Amino acid sequence: MNHFSFWKYLLIIFIMIIALIYAAPNLYGEDPAVQIMGSAGSVSLNNQTMTTVTEALKKVGIIYQDAFFQDQTLIIRFASQEDELKAKEVIQQTLGEQYIIALNLFPRTPHWLRSIGAMPMKLGLDLRGGVHFLLQVDVDAVMNERLSGDLRGIGRALREAHIRYTAINRTGTSNVSLLFHDHDTAVEAHHFVTHQYPEFTWEMSHAATESDWTLKGSLSPQVMNETRLETLEQAMNTLRHRVNELGVSEAVVQAQGANRVSVDLPGIQDTAEAKNILGKTATLEFHMLDVSADAVVAQNTGVVPVDTRLYMDHDRPLLLKNQIVLYGSSIVSASAGMGEDGRPNVSVRLNGAGESLFTTVTAENIGKPMAVMYVEVQSTPAVENGKAVIHYQTLRRIISVATIQSALGSHFQISGLRDQTESRTLALLLRAGALPAPVTIIEEREIGPSLGEQNIRMGVLSVEVGMGLVIVFMMLYYGMFGLIADLALLMNLVLIVALLSLLGATLTLPGIAGIVLTVGMAVDANVLIFERIREELRRGVGIQNSVHLGYHKAFITIFDANVTTLIVMLILFSLGSGVVKGIAITVTIGLITSLFTAMLGTRAIVNLLYGKRTIKVLPIGV
Amino acid sequence: MEFFKHNTTINFMAQRKITAVLSIVLCCASFVILAINGLSWGLDFTGGTQLQLRYEQAADLTVIHQALEKVGFSDAIVTHYGTPKEILVSLAPKYAEKTLTALALTALPGATLQEVNYIGPQVGQEMISKGLVAIIVALLGTMVYIALRFNIYFAVGSTVALIHDPIIILGVFSLLHIEFNLIALAAVLTVIGYSLNDTIVIFDRVRENFRKLHKTESADVMNQAINQTLSRTIMTSALTLTVVLALFLLGGNALHGFALALMIGIVVGTYSSIYVAGSLTLALGLTREHFIPITKLVDDRP
Repeated sequence: MNHFSFWKYLLIIFIMIIALIYAAPNLYGEDPAVQIMGSAGSVSLNNQTMTTVTEALKKVGIIYQDAFFQDQTLIIRFASQEDELKAKEVIQQTLGEQYIIALNLFPRTPHWLRSIGAMPMKLGLDLRGGVHFLLQVDVDAVMNERLSGDLRGIGRALREAHIRYTAINRTGTSNVSLLFHDHDTAVEAHHFVTHQYPEFTWEMSHAATESDWTLKGSLSPQVMNETRLETLEQAMNTLRHRVNELGVSEAVVQAQGANRVSVDLPGIQDTAEAKNILGKTATLEFHMLDVSADAVVAQNTGVVPVDTRLYMDHDRPLLLKNQIVLYGSSIVSASAGMGEDGRPNVSVRLNGAGESLFTTVTAENIGKPMAVMYVEVQSTPAVENGKAVIHYQTLRRIISVATIQSALGSHFQISGLRDQTESRTLALLLRAGALPAPVTIIEEREIGPSLGEQNIRMGVLSVEVGMGLVIVFMMLYYGMFGLIADLALLMNLVLIVALLSLLGATLTLPGIAGIVLTVGMAVDANVLIFERIREELRRGVGIQNSVHLGYHKAFITIFDANVTTLIVMLILFSLGSGVVKGIAITVTIGLITSLFTAMLGTRAIVNLLYGKRTIKVLPIGV
Repeated sequence: MEFFKHNTTINFMAQRKITAVLSIVLCCASFVILAINGLSWGLDFTGGTQLQLRYEQAADLTVIHQALEKVGFSDAIVTHYGTPKEILVSLAPKYAEKTLTALALTALPGATLQEVNYIGPQVGQEMISKGLVAIIVALLGTMVYIALRFNIYFAVGSTVALIHDPIIILGVFSLLHIEFNLIALAAVLTVIGYSLNDTIVIFDRVRENFRKLHKTESADVMNQAINQTLSRTIMTSALTLTVVLALFLLGGNALHGFALALMIGIVVGTYSSIYVAGSLTLALGLTREHFIPITKLVDDRP
């Protein structure tokens, strides 16, 4: 009764070998590496690039260890940080601005392990240093914007179709209402909008007390939901892009719930720059200047012509027409460069959507000045009357006034920028695409690299000490069986590490705490089994029977006890914060693997050692 | 090696009136302490900014506080963090976050920044309600599982024990003015799981014994179950306590709250499994009949 079939032993050995292989990458350290990416998809990386770079490095005598491609990124590893830093400069000079070059640590995992997908566990920011941001995406602002746009569109479409309405209004967050003088027009309009704006549900009504007919349109919850999802998706894309442009490799951008995005930047030191770039919503608006009125007079009298607004451009008053000729969202790419006059400029390329109006207007206004307005929404979280609110501040700044030289097409340049820094920042923000929704940093955690190292050291030490004590204690108390349980504990640790590596889970300090805790909990399964075996032995049940009954009877208890802990861990995981997620993941994995090692792992060894022989005494410490 | 006699026959349930009083007193004391001291909520719940700084020599807190006051952080809380060389500066959420770190660092020359934590007010508020919901859902979820696997008496008994444990942990945190942060909350939830583990091991034995022993009083069945599992209970508690102690001593400041809550939880949880869950289940009137399969009355009329 106490023996496994051959295939069962084989399966256990097979699982352990696989686990060992996938846990192995964690034993190798990391090398400093330079990571090269093409910026904004404009340049491609190929073997030619690699040759250029390696030749350049050889020329200046920097020895690199390895150069290879991974996920369209060229990675070059170095033996020391010093070489890495020198190499970065050389590579930047060789390749130029069009490539993004980032410093990175690359795992020293051997090729054969990498080729089967074995990678070390990702270390959380608290273990390696870095910055974590949680950003709130203002989805409502986008919904608002969308409805306003629809409102304008419906009005224009009705006018163009010569359907006369008396009023058009927004009612609530997702409704519009149209008023008509007579029934026939209302019916005609109803027919028209139902076809033109099917994303709204339209309903006609007539209040007895009023003379007007009302047409109510409401956005369906499904459409609103889609818009929300799209907004979050787009915000994440933009953030990802911006993070790439910051030159941070291995950044993690993830959605957190319905309207939040977390951004983890390992190793970054200049958080101020990161915050500036992440937290801003910047876009461009192109306006025509009103040259028919005198801006200085308008400034002094305060009387501004219809459809224009007064802006200041470095102390110079300017009157800008309200019509937006082009939005930043039409911009596909932008790159900083030098103009013919030796001054910094930004080359802009447009997509088809914004182009036609832009081309028409610029063609009609050749020789007239056009202003480029930089619109920035800065958001700051605050507390008001005990409630958390977010303040938005829209800053408009004219960044360039240029005379239209010719009808502008899909390619043009913005000049008149102060310096190279400004041109680069502007190009970066434009390239990253206009963020549709304002984002606010609502959480920030920054951990210095030295603290990260300290955390790893202490975490590993507590695992070692905790586990060492348990191992000694088990051996003393249960003798040979204790030793078997100790082996199972080590197997468990290997399995946890292998699974965490395979799942690509991130190991954090709380996660290590979870592993330490699991050591205590995992051994419980064996304690339960061994106590049960002892009990059966005392009752005078034969040795083989005792072992069998011990495992058999303890199983139900172990199962029930673990399921309830798993329930609690799932709830912990759903809390969502990175701090508690780490614990939940490691404890959950640890409990599942401990079930395997306690029920099958130790059983296999016990069966192998004592299963077939007729033994007189079971070395279980009784 | 063995710590216990083969067949311990301690009459645990004999003291159940005394321990009931003890549990009630402990819980009431916790509530009183919480009412007086309050709980020192961590940054995760209050929002605000925390800077962890390191000096080359031992840092003088008064000097640092004055320096911070000069740049406008009048209500900054400055404390030592682990070693005398390391300090923790806590700032209320009302300060604008953008330039705060830079400003504090210029005010404190000689300090190197180890860690910055900024939590927006909305995240903090949300975390409190989420944490409460998590605890309630955890209690309900495990209660339902026990009700399904065992019966309602066990479910109520164990759930009361599970409520009992966090109350005492919170009481100790309040008494010692220890910061209650997100990771401590995680510990409280873990304790709920751990304590339940202990309870289930005993309940499992009670169920088994009821089916086996036909003419024994409920209290004796409970006693027997506790005695039979005593060796395991003490072994596991001792081992888990050992590893958590290692974590408390070696894991560093960040894990202090977690390890402490677990240490209290393991001790209290072991006690409550026997004296809260066990005795309450008896007091509720658990008898053998609850384990005999109920013969269903089938109405077979057409």
